[in-house]
Amino acid sequence: MSATLPDAAPASPGEETPERRFPTAPLFLSGPAALLFAALVLTPLFLTALLSFNQFDYATGRTGGFTLEHYLAVVTDEYYLEIFLRTFRISALATAICVVIGVPEAYILSRMSNPWRSIFLLVILAPLLVSVVVRAFGWSMLLGPEGPVNGALIALGIGRMKLLYSEGTVVVALVHVMLPFMVIPVWTSLQKLDPAVEQAALSFGASRATAIVRVVAPQVLPGILSGSLIVFGLSASAFAIPGLLGGRRLKMVATVVYDQYLSDLNWPMGAAVAVILLAANLIIMLTYHRMVEGHYRRRLG
Amino acid sequence: MSFLELKNITKRYGPLTAVGDVSLSVEKGEFVSLLGPSGCGKTTTLQMIAGFVEPSAGTIRLDGRDITRAKANSRGLGIVFQSYALFPHMTVFDNVSFGLEMQRVPKGERKPRVEEALSLVHLSPYAKRYPRELSGGQRQRVALARALVIRPPVLLLDEPLSNLDAKLREAMQFELREIQRKVGTTTVMVTHDQAEAFSISDRVVVMEAGRITQIDQPYRIYEHPETEFISRFVGKTNLLPGKVVTATGAGATVSLAGIAVPVETPGLSVGETVTLCIRPEKLHLAAPAGGLLTGRVADRFFLGSQWLYHIDGPLGTLMVVTPNDGSTPAEQGAPVGLEWSPSVVRVHRGAMAEAPDVALEVTG
Ligand SMILES: Nc1ncnc2c1ncn2[C@@H]1O[C@H](COP(=O)(O)OP(=O)(O)OP(=O)(O)O)[C@@H](O)[C@H]1O
Ligand SMILES: [Mg+2]
Repeated sequence: MSATLPDAAPASPGEETPERRFPTAPLFLSGPAALLFAALVLTPLFLTALLSFNQFDYATGRTGGFTLEHYLAVVTDEYYLEIFLRTFRISALATAICVVIGVPEAYILSRMSNPWRSIFLLVILAPLLVSVVVRAFGWSMLLGPEGPVNGALIALGIGRMKLLYSEGTVVVALVHVMLPFMVIPVWTSLQKLDPAVEQAALSFGASRATAIVRVVAPQVLPGILSGSLIVFGLSASAFAIPGLLGGRRLKMVATVVYDQYLSDLNWPMGAAVAVILLAANLIIMLTYHRMVEGHYRRRLG
Repeated sequence: MSFLELKNITKRYGPLTAVGDVSLSVEKGEFVSLLGPSGCGKTTTLQMIAGFVEPSAGTIRLDGRDITRAKANSRGLGIVFQSYALFPHMTVFDNVSFGLEMQRVPKGERKPRVEEALSLVHLSPYAKRYPRELSGGQRQRVALARALVIRPPVLLLDEPLSNLDAKLREAMQFELREIQRKVGTTTVMVTHDQAEAFSISDRVVVMEAGRITQIDQPYRIYEHPETEFISRFVGKTNLLPGKVVTATGAGATVSLAGIAVPVETPGLSVGETVTLCIRPEKLHLAAPAGGLLTGRVADRFFLGSQWLYHIDGPLGTLMVVTPNDGSTPAEQGAPVGLEWSPSVVRVHRGAMAEAPDVALEVTG
């Protein structure tokens, strides 16, 4: 919930506002951050976009000139279409599961009293301290043919199952990695709630469940929204998890980009895929944002 | 058997006792106010009745039923929270309608009732607004309408009128009293505005540092405060330290800085240290040297219907309030006499407590 302040009353003519005395101050102050952003984000993006329009010569590996063939190839080739669909399907699923698990988790966390709350917050955040690659290897050991999960399945008489290199595994591992990014924004918006509001609902005879659904959830919706956007964006561009747990066949967009760059050495093609991923991601996220936020802007400000 | 009964209710937060050993019986249809300075435990007491704070000890009974450990959503009370606690994502209409919805009141019946409640608090034109689009006083009135609309057997009001202007506040007080008389709702109201507590309550409960110090009808609290703290907290007062010099069965004489003052309190013993307490409106101005004391007008303040004088005299500065009867008031610096009847002097045993200014500032 971003607290939008009402527009300040226009300064009376005689009054000296800070902007009036130093008209360039805001520009000057935001300069360093803008420079950093331009150097580290916009420049590589721009170069990538440029690269995606270059021709690629398979024989010599040289790039140059101008062509739209990479984009055409990606848009018309079913192979790429399937990878894009799979990527967004997996990301949407991971996001949905993160909402289902993360929101109640954040609610319970916000209701805990202090020693436990700190401990559990640490438990939730601790995985962030371990590299994604290490965690992905952890999952692959856990779910591998000789791993403890299969061991248990065999012991139970169900028999060995192929767990690795499936969409399900990738989703599970993504949820594991992304959950803190859902819990934290939701928890933050829960912190801002006046506990008396939920109590008011209870005082009118609402059950706890009704109070949560009708009163608490709508108020933390902005937190759920930002959490979903972060999780979806990070999942759609995830590389280590699909790379290590999806194997050679179960490719996602980021792994395809990697392959284009490093196996095929077709940098323009990789760049084109990356640019399309960025554009698609942006469109999906903006649409989602508008849909949910527009609905609640007037109410929650 | 009273309707709402608190018995030895205590709430401790670690080492702090927010509410200590509070016992209170409220009859059905009674209007009771909790009055006390900030932080004395009024909200905590109310929250324990409401079921949001669990008492560390004691029992609460409602209509003969022990509700000490009952869930808040099973108590069926109407509550106005100190922070209003409106549902920010619902319109004013939906806020008020929520309680009816929870009571499963049919939709057709809900609308007229919500509209009636909103017109009661003069908010009908605002039904479609969201709480964040309202002023503080308007939000407070929504909270009031929301609690009244469900017609609860018990209303718990935590400073329900604190944010309204004087005129609206008076109108709302009147409305509250009306509703309460008509419907017979048992009401417990928290306030730190003593005028409000006095004007609409059947009984006032004065709290101090987590404890009840006096429960009485408003005028008795004012005229017969049981402690020096209450006499200072409730209304303005002149406190005068003295020593008993003579005592008979029915009264005594107290020496105040060498001036002998008769009092009508029985049971005092000679040599006892006492504090006399005289309300400013019980003192009368007289011709110089004509009264019990002589002093000089140090300051005078016009209060509309009254004059407030500060009179410097042998006992320090005394406050005197006289009705504005249209005659010319005493001039600043003029010598005046002071007189009073012995029956208006209240005697508290023991020496005067320190730092009387704080409590004097709080009083309205
Ligand atoms: N959750 C809590 N934890 C610890 N101390 C608390 C808690 N709630 C209240 N207190 C303390 O208990 C005391 C009584 O608080 P309470 O809110 O009942 O005061 P109040 O009489 O309603 O005051 P006000 O008129 O300012 O609203 C205060 O000293 C407060 O600091
Ligand atoms: Mg309070």
